[in-house]
Amino acid sequence: MAHSNNRRNFMATTLQSVGLAALGGMLWSGYTDSVKASPLVLRPPGALPEKDFLTACIKCGLCAEACVNRDTNRDTQTGEQREGTLKMAKGGDSLLIGTPYFVPLEVPCYMCEDIPCVPVCPSGALDMPSLLNEKKELDINKASMGLAVVHKESCISFWGIQCDACYRACPLLDSAITIEYQKNERTGKHAYLLPIVHDNVCTGCGLCEQACVTEKPAIFVLPNEVAKGKAGDHYVKGWDAKDQERVKNAKEIHTQTKRSEKEASDYLNMEVEY
Amino acid sequence: MKNMKYLLLRRVTQIGILFLYFAANAYGWHILEGTFGTSMLFGIIPLADPYNTLQVLATGFVLGSDVLLGAAIITLFYFVVGGRAFCSWVCPINMVTDAANWLRRKFNLDKEEVNYRFLKRSARYWLMVVGLIVSAIVGVAAFEVFSPITIMQRGIVFGFGMGGAIVLAIFLFDLFGVKNGWCGHLCPLGAAYSVIGSKSLIRVKHIHENCTNCMDCKVVCPENQVLHMINKSSIAVTDGECTNCGRCVDVCNDDALEFGIRSFIKQN
Repeated sequence: MAHSNNRRNFMATTLQSVGLAALGGMLWSGYTDSVKASPLVLRPPGALPEKDFLTACIKCGLCAEACVNRDTNRDTQTGEQREGTLKMAKGGDSLLIGTPYFVPLEVPCYMCEDIPCVPVCPSGALDMPSLLNEKKELDINKASMGLAVVHKESCISFWGIQCDACYRACPLLDSAITIEYQKNERTGKHAYLLPIVHDNVCTGCGLCEQACVTEKPAIFVLPNEVAKGKAGDHYVKGWDAKDQERVKNAKEIHTQTKRSEKEASDYLNMEVEY
Repeated sequence: MKNMKYLLLRRVTQIGILFLYFAANAYGWHILEGTFGTSMLFGIIPLADPYNTLQVLATGFVLGSDVLLGAAIITLFYFVVGGRAFCSWVCPINMVTDAANWLRRKFNLDKEEVNYRFLKRSARYWLMVVGLIVSAIVGVAAFEVFSPITIMQRGIVFGFGMGGAIVLAIFLFDLFGVKNGWCGHLCPLGAAYSVIGSKSLIRVKHIHENCTNCMDCKVVCPENQVLHMINKSSIAVTDGECTNCGRCVDVCNDDALEFGIRSFIKQN
C-alpha cells in the first residue's frame, strides 16, 4: 500500500513540476516578448533587420568597446578620450538589455572609414558582407542605420530663413541631403533653400540631427522600419526599363472576389455602410 | 589567514578578471575584451558562454564561427579541468551571494536550509531547459533578458542603469528569502556548468582518517549536498554541483579536505 502511495506521490509531484515549469515558461515568454518590442532604436552599421538583430546579438559589447577606443576618438584640443557613439542598453532604457544602440543627439555616428565596430562582431549580428563594396572593401557609405526625416513645419529653411546646417554637417555632402531652390512667394524676391534627404544615400549617421539649430531638431534620424513606406511589388514604373524587367514574365491572374462580381460603375454608385 | 587561502585567491581572480573587462572598455586594453557573451583573450582567442550560445542556437540563428569556437573552448576547459569553477572563481554574482550567506551566518538568520516543495536544488535544471524552450519560441536568448550575471558584468564595464536593481534583488533574496537561493536553486547558467563540469579533473578530496566530524565544511559549503562522504569514506567530491570554491578546504582544521586530481580508477 505504501508502495503505491509513493508512486502516486511521485506522479503528482512530477505533474505539478511540469505544470509549474509550463506556467513559468509562459510568464517568461511573455516578459521576453515584451522587452524585445522596441522599434524606436538605431543600431550600429551593418546591423541585421531589428528582429533578426535581437536574435543574433550575443550582447558582448565588443562593438561598443571598439567604437569608444578607436584611434580617431580623441578630442583634437585636449587629446582626451571622447564618449563613444555606441552604448550598451541598460536596465531602464526600455530596450533589449545588453544590445548596442546610439542616440544621434548625444553622440552621432562619425562614419569611420575602417568601421571599427563591425569586424569585431563575433555573432554575425553586424553583417560585414552588407558593407562591402564592389572591390570587396569595407565601405561605410553602404551603411543604412536609419533615415533622416525633415519636419518641414519646424525647419526654419521652410519658413524662408536661410539655414543649411544639416546640409553642411552631412558627411555625404550634397548627395544624402541636397538643397532645393524654390521661389518665396511671400517676399516675391527671395528663395527658399530647402533640405531634401535622399534615402538611397543617407546612412542615418545623425550628424545632421546634431547640427540642427532648432530647439528640438527639425531633422532627425528614424529607424528604417519606422521612416520608410513600401509601395509593394504590384506597382511598376512603366517608364523605367529596369523596373519593367520585373514584370517581363508576369502572367495575368484573374481573381474573383465578392466585390468584383459587380461592374466597377455599380460599385461606385453603391451606397457603402461604414 | 590560513583558512582564507582559497577565498582570497578566488576574490583576486574574480576582481582581476572583472578589472580586465573594465579596462578593455575604459582604457582600450586588449587583454580580455567584451563580456561573458563573447570575449576576446589577447585580441585573438575567442571565449563564449556556452549556455548563452545554446540559447541563440535554439532560436535557429546560425552564429558566427568566433562564438561557436569560443563556446567550444570554454566548454572544453570546464569539462576537462575546472568543473563548475566558473561559478566561484569568475562569476561576479558569486560575491553578492557569498556576502548574503556570510551575513546569514553572522546574524544567525537561519542555519538550516528550508526544504521548499517546489524550490528544490533541481529547479535550476528545469529553468535551464525552459530557458532554451522559451528562446526557441520567442526568438531571443531568454535568460540573457534578465541574467543578473551579465547585467552585473556589463554594469561594471559599461554602467549599471536600473540593472543594479536585479543584483540587489538577488542579494535580498539570498539574505532574507532562500538560503543559497539563486546560485544553489535557480541559476540556469550554474546548472549548465554543473552538467559541463561533472567529469572534470580538479576535485576536492576527503581524507576520512583525518576527519574529526566537526562539520565546519558543511556549514560553509554553498552546495553541501555534495559533501555526503564527510567522515564516512575517503573519496573525492565528484558531484558536478560542487563549484570547486575550496571553502571547505580552507575551513578544515584537520587536513581532511584538499584539492586533487580525479582518479578514474576505482579505489577500494
